[in-house]
Amino acid sequence: MFVIDCPNCGARDQSEFTYAGEAHIARPTDSENMTDAEWAEFVFMRTNTKGLFAERWWHATGCRKFFNMLRNTATDEIHAVYRIGEKPPKVTADLPATPAGEASIGSGNDAVKIMTRDEEAAS
Amino acid sequence: MSQPYRIPGRGLINRDRSVSFTFDGREIPGYEGDTIASALLANGEIMVGRSFKYHRPRGIVGAGGDDPAAMVQIGSDPASTDPNVMVTTREIHAGLEARSQNCWPSLKHDVGVLNDVFMRFFPAGFYYKTFMGSDRFRWLNWMTFEPFIRRAAGLGKSPTKPDPDSYESVNRHCDVLVIGAGPAGLAAAANAARSGARVILVEETDRLGGSLNATDPDGTTIGGKAPADWIADQTAKLAEHPEVTVLTQTTAFGYYAMNFVGLIERVKDHLPEHRRDRRQPRQRVWRVRAKQVVLATGAIERPLVFNENDRPGIMLAGAVRTFLNRYGVLAGKRVLIFTNNDSAWQTAFDIRAAGGEVAGIVDLRRELNEAMALRALKAGIAVYPRTAIVGTHGRHRIDSAFVSSLDDNGNVRGSRSRIECDLIAVSGGWNPNVALFAQSRGKLKWDEELASFRPGLSWQQERSAGACNGTLELQEVLAEGSKAGLEAARAADFTVRAIRQPEVRTDAVETLNLVPVWQVPSGLPREKTKAFVDLQDDVKASDLQLATEEGYDSVEHTKRYTTQGMGTDQGKISNVNAFGIMAEARGITVPEVGTTTFRQPYRPVTIGALGGQHVGAHFMPRRGTPMHAWHLEQKAIFEPVGDWLRARAYPKPGESFHDAVQREAKAARTTAGILDATTLGKIDIRGKDARTFLNRVYTNAWSKLAPGRCRYGLMLGEDGMVSDDGVTACIADDHFHMTTTTGGAASVLQKLEDYLQTEWPDLDVWLTTVTEQWAVAAVCGPKAEEIVASVVEGIDLDPEEFPFMTWQDGTVGGIPVRVFRVSFTGETSYEINIPATYGRWLWEELIAAGKPHGLTPYGTEAMHLLRAEKGFIIVGQETDGTVTPGDLRMDWAVAKKKGDFIGKRSLSRSDTVRDDRKQLVGLLTVDGDHVPMEGAQIIGTPEEPAPPVPMLGHVTSAYFSPNLGRSIAMAMVKRGGQRMGETVWIARLGDKPVPAKIVHYDFLGDAVGEAA
Ligand SMILES: [Zn+2]
Repeated sequence: MFVIDCPNCGARDQSEFTYAGEAHIARPTDSENMTDAEWAEFVFMRTNTKGLFAERWWHATGCRKFFNMLRNTATDEIHAVYRIGEKPPKVTADLPATPAGEASIGSGNDAVKIMTRDEEAAS
Repeated sequence: MSQPYRIPGRGLINRDRSVSFTFDGREIPGYEGDTIASALLANGEIMVGRSFKYHRPRGIVGAGGDDPAAMVQIGSDPASTDPNVMVTTREIHAGLEARSQNCWPSLKHDVGVLNDVFMRFFPAGFYYKTFMGSDRFRWLNWMTFEPFIRRAAGLGKSPTKPDPDSYESVNRHCDVLVIGAGPAGLAAAANAARSGARVILVEETDRLGGSLNATDPDGTTIGGKAPADWIADQTAKLAEHPEVTVLTQTTAFGYYAMNFVGLIERVKDHLPEHRRDRRQPRQRVWRVRAKQVVLATGAIERPLVFNENDRPGIMLAGAVRTFLNRYGVLAGKRVLIFTNNDSAWQTAFDIRAAGGEVAGIVDLRRELNEAMALRALKAGIAVYPRTAIVGTHGRHRIDSAFVSSLDDNGNVRGSRSRIECDLIAVSGGWNPNVALFAQSRGKLKWDEELASFRPGLSWQQERSAGACNGTLELQEVLAEGSKAGLEAARAADFTVRAIRQPEVRTDAVETLNLVPVWQVPSGLPREKTKAFVDLQDDVKASDLQLATEEGYDSVEHTKRYTTQGMGTDQGKISNVNAFGIMAEARGITVPEVGTTTFRQPYRPVTIGALGGQHVGAHFMPRRGTPMHAWHLEQKAIFEPVGDWLRARAYPKPGESFHDAVQREAKAARTTAGILDATTLGKIDIRGKDARTFLNRVYTNAWSKLAPGRCRYGLMLGEDGMVSDDGVTACIADDHFHMTTTTGGAASVLQKLEDYLQTEWPDLDVWLTTVTEQWAVAAVCGPKAEEIVASVVEGIDLDPEEFPFMTWQDGTVGGIPVRVFRVSFTGETSYEINIPATYGRWLWEELIAAGKPHGLTPYGTEAMHLLRAEKGFIIVGQETDGTVTPGDLRMDWAVAKKKGDFIGKRSLSRSDTVRDDRKQLVGLLTVDGDHVPMEGAQIIGTPEEPAPPVPMLGHVTSAYFSPNLGRSIAMAMVKRGGQRMGETVWIARLGDKPVPAKIVHYDFLGDAVGEAA
């Protein structure tokens, strides 16, 4: 269960929010001139990112406003919250090495992680 | 005197208060402060149950939450009996009934012990090999065997009646959550508390102090005070701070994202009946969101894995010490110590100090600490260095051990000699309890000195202190705890200064000098060695080795194949040993093998506690309309629709549900019917661009809808599929009243807000949900006008003056109402909207006015039937997210000429314009008395052909129509629109298909006549 920092209301429990899918997908304004494939790209295709992902949330039982969030889907770390219409801010995140790889820490996928010798030396 | 194993003057139990309980029907005396385990041991009872697979005798091994197998069933009431309770964690009280589990007919004479005789036929992966992959058993399968296996080898028995107890869950925020109230946790909490931070300190047992309660009270001082006095001091200091909450009997069972920690508090389990406050729940779940967490969860001792190491009477050395110093029980009359490290020697010294007899210290190491050896010599304790226990003897309790000395390579050398003993205190080292740390997704690191994992890199806002961090010396433990408390408070934005640490003086052994030995040699071949790793699941070292030879490399796979660590204890004492044995078998290091997941919950949590208050009528919130109480008084049958409870039918006394629905639906068309339509979603839409907005969200055109008029609209997803429908009224040019389906109200509002806020922020449109503001009574039927006219003022209700699909303002007894001339039945209909508080009053006015006219209240079932007679769709019944307006043959509702709307482009996709799509049609069964089953498949032949059967579609709605005197059905059928008059067949399970004719779905039109 996350705590999400709504840009209007502040930090609230995740149960107040509704997930609303990938962000920054603008609805085409000239769909009449699009091919089926181009239109399908908008309707059906999402990036399903493992790693830093811009997504939309709706503060359903709060201010009822949509907003954007940058979340590392591998670790559930929330890096930024920003308003609709704004560009995603630049953030640095510990990202999975490859689409199939793992974040070095924080991922719940790979059970328990053990420090590497390099990490031990560095710490 | 009873309790022959009790040591006078020792322990923190209250000897002034005797408490007795029953174990397998026998009365067992003990004292207040005893656990079931300590009281049993005080009376010489060490065997508690039998193991899962081989039914081998199982005794008490640990002294707390680490014990692997000593579980009992509490109570015999079929509603409240509690299975799999660890004897080491449950305090005794008067009236407590405990029973041994997993043995039949009795603890000492068990039938399942035959499994033990056939042990070599139950190798690793036995269940998989036999039931999943074997050709020999292909004719049988797991489903056949499972009930028998479960009956023979079940653990405790679940209650069979509803739980009579209440539970609750509460939410708390705190600055610093300290988990574990041993020396590190107490020091952390006390230091954090000084800052004024809101602190929660959690202790699993009934007493603060942790490992200090298990030390010889005469051997250690903290700041010049005996451990018990230091604990009392700290407790008193914590009580001075109003922001501090101390919870005993409480286990932190799960560490989740963003410092969300679940606690389970056992509020009443440990109390006798007369002290259980009826106002309190049995157990309470605390859902804590902490800014900072201090983990002070201690260390868990691991045993040594040696031949015949599972007999009752073989106990962890630390547990022997805990029973002695905390509970005043020395569990054996002649104790043999077996170890690979220094810590177990302290157990020997404590036993001697308490006047007990030590049979010797068998130590696997060659190099021994000289001072320690000298101390043993002075205490008269025999020491056997470089020696192993290679076997044990004794059926329900050990009576002797066989030892052999080891050569330089660690192999058994020379002959076995026998040492008489009734208790073996074993230590294979200490594993920092990193379960919660691992759940927080921190990274572990391998500690060579401990030969175990300890916290490495933190991921969340937590820090570990004390033994759970691998720190064992008390002075260091206190320092680490204090530092963790200060840092946590500061990280939570509090200011606090460090104070001087109390000085620790102790003669306790605090060194480890551990030499890891993952499996003690027995001098016997592998198949003859019974060296158990997991005592609950009966996993032997040889099972792990066999699994490795069969190619199991992944630690998670090996776990599942052998069932290592899969019991209720999750392998707390056994997992690291198992990883060590796997590492040796594969010739790699333990960190290379890795570790299995430390899953939530850390200890089993009652489902009731997780459910909390959300049981029975409180399972989920239910909404009722202002007329709900009236429906209840009429003894209506209800159904849940979305969050709402709606009246489904109003059966009269003695009338069946079916007959009631038929009567109600008949009345609505012959006299008059009244429906509580309050639950329809209602959205108030305002702003100068409201019309433009409606044009974009509905499929049809809204530009010309004049104030005072209403229009039906279909709403699509961008994929072109119908997602909702409803009637919207124009109140003014910049003001509309939209209705949605009952179940779709919330999702439609979300969708509309989504488009407004994110796609069309330039539109001046404002949405407000007004579902709850209006109560709605819908009156329909031939007598509707007359009835409504006698109640509503200020409107000429004549359908000529007040035509279909318009609305007007009026009043009822001076209260303003909005009346909509819309209809979901096909009859002349008036939907009267009144401010919600007047809902029941209006309803009763209408009922009274309608009485002379035969006005009949009808429920949602008759509503469904009536709309089906007219051929109106229900979104979610006729549609399933794959249905376009064209599929519904409702192209009339789609404005092709207007601009873009949601889903428009998808209506010309290659898939949506296919001419062989399923389309909505009516179905009339040849036998008019037969009502098909909703969801039934439609086929094209009178007999069902061999599979795969070509499917033409399915029935979406089916009713017996009282107004038509026959059955009607709606169905989605391939090319349905082009098949009018054709016959299809409705498949039935285990019966012949039923013929039916395809017709137009407006059954009140000419469909029925045409078909006849
Ligand atoms: Zn908000």
